[in-house]
Amino acid sequence: MNGVHDMGGMHGFGPVIPEPHEPVFHADWERRVLALNLAIGRIGGWNIDRSRHTRESLPPATYLASSYYEIWLRGLENLLVKHGLVGTEELASGKMIHLPPPGKTAITVDQIVEGLRKGGPCDRDVHTPAMFEVGQMVRAKNINPSGHTRLPRYARGKIGEIELVHGGFVFPDTNANLEGEHPQWCYTVRFTGTELWGPDSDPTTSVSVDCFETYLEPVPY
Amino acid sequence: MSETELPIALRVEALESLLIEKGYVDPATLDKIIDTYENEVGPQLGAAVVAKAWVDPAYRDRLLADATTAAAEVGAEGRQGEHLVAVEATPDQHHMVVCTLCSCYPWTVLGLPPNWYKSPAYRAKAVRDPRGVLEDFGVTLPNTTSIRVWDSSAEIRYLVIPMRPEGTEGMSEAQLAKLVTRDSMIGTGLALRP
Repeated sequence: MNGVHDMGGMHGFGPVIPEPHEPVFHADWERRVLALNLAIGRIGGWNIDRSRHTRESLPPATYLASSYYEIWLRGLENLLVKHGLVGTEELASGKMIHLPPPGKTAITVDQIVEGLRKGGPCDRDVHTPAMFEVGQMVRAKNINPSGHTRLPRYARGKIGEIELVHGGFVFPDTNANLEGEHPQWCYTVRFTGTELWGPDSDPTTSVSVDCFETYLEPVPY
Repeated sequence: MSETELPIALRVEALESLLIEKGYVDPATLDKIIDTYENEVGPQLGAAVVAKAWVDPAYRDRLLADATTAAAEVGAEGRQGEHLVAVEATPDQHHMVVCTLCSCYPWTVLGLPPNWYKSPAYRAKAVRDPRGVLEDFGVTLPNTTSIRVWDSSAEIRYLVIPMRPEGTEGMSEAQLAKLVTRDSMIGTGLALRP
């Protein structure tokens, strides 16, 4: 989706302002929001792509006006309601009104330790040969799907070179809608700064974008 | 966003107590997650990886070939580091990592990202004007150094191996690790000079 989350290249946000000796969290509620997201994601019935898509689907003005963990809170509230784990009136009151659906049991300390240590690898077997090889020139397609996609707007329509071939990975665009993982080849495509930002831009820069195979099309020599 | 919303700390408290009441989360599990990312998993792990790569050419080769496995050798493994790629800075080539679409970051080696990494300012500017971002951090590179930006748009996570500073010959791995800042492993800074 062409949302405000897709920020690459935008103007107007000002300089980057690092915070010296920044703490990991700036308030206790931030700690709890991170932990709630990680603890419940495993029983909620969604996945990392759906979480991202839910966050980026917040109204643009809300997204921009919210701090980072506020976005995570709003995303989590929306997922809980959408997936039937919590009712809106429960959210408002903070009190249980409906009994939880069966089988939704909190994960234990041991399970989370194991889960964080193992992570959630997204590489998958793909049974078709890779369409592109290292060194090949490709064009990022000019696509504008209304749903989730991981092809940033600034790269669309632009020509770059295949730099790395990563193997098969879960396809976020379908996984975010719970329509299946449909794994496909994933590549790093390197675009020159001038290809992305025009002849007046810094010619000594390049941007590498990780692209799924269906985001790309061959460019004739 | 509406004026009728509770202050955010109260909203979070209400949500947490609701989820506990419904049996979806265990408070001890929440505490464990927080403790993990506040006290255990952080940039000291990435610094250990980089320092080892500086002193051990065979490890450096393994790191560049398969960073996921090489990082696991020093205990950095798991969530948001499942598919790690290390990129090495040279006098001719600087690297900078960003996630323009959200906040993807190599947790296993750097911990949770700082606020500036997740900010619209950084996400917008890093791909368009990485030299300007470096200026924001007080870093100036020669014009002969090209800058390569890595936008973490899929599930691959990137770790920058900064250049080893001059004057560090003979330093131990542990001493070297203290020179490896978090920002130098994102590419918005350089390793410290001794």
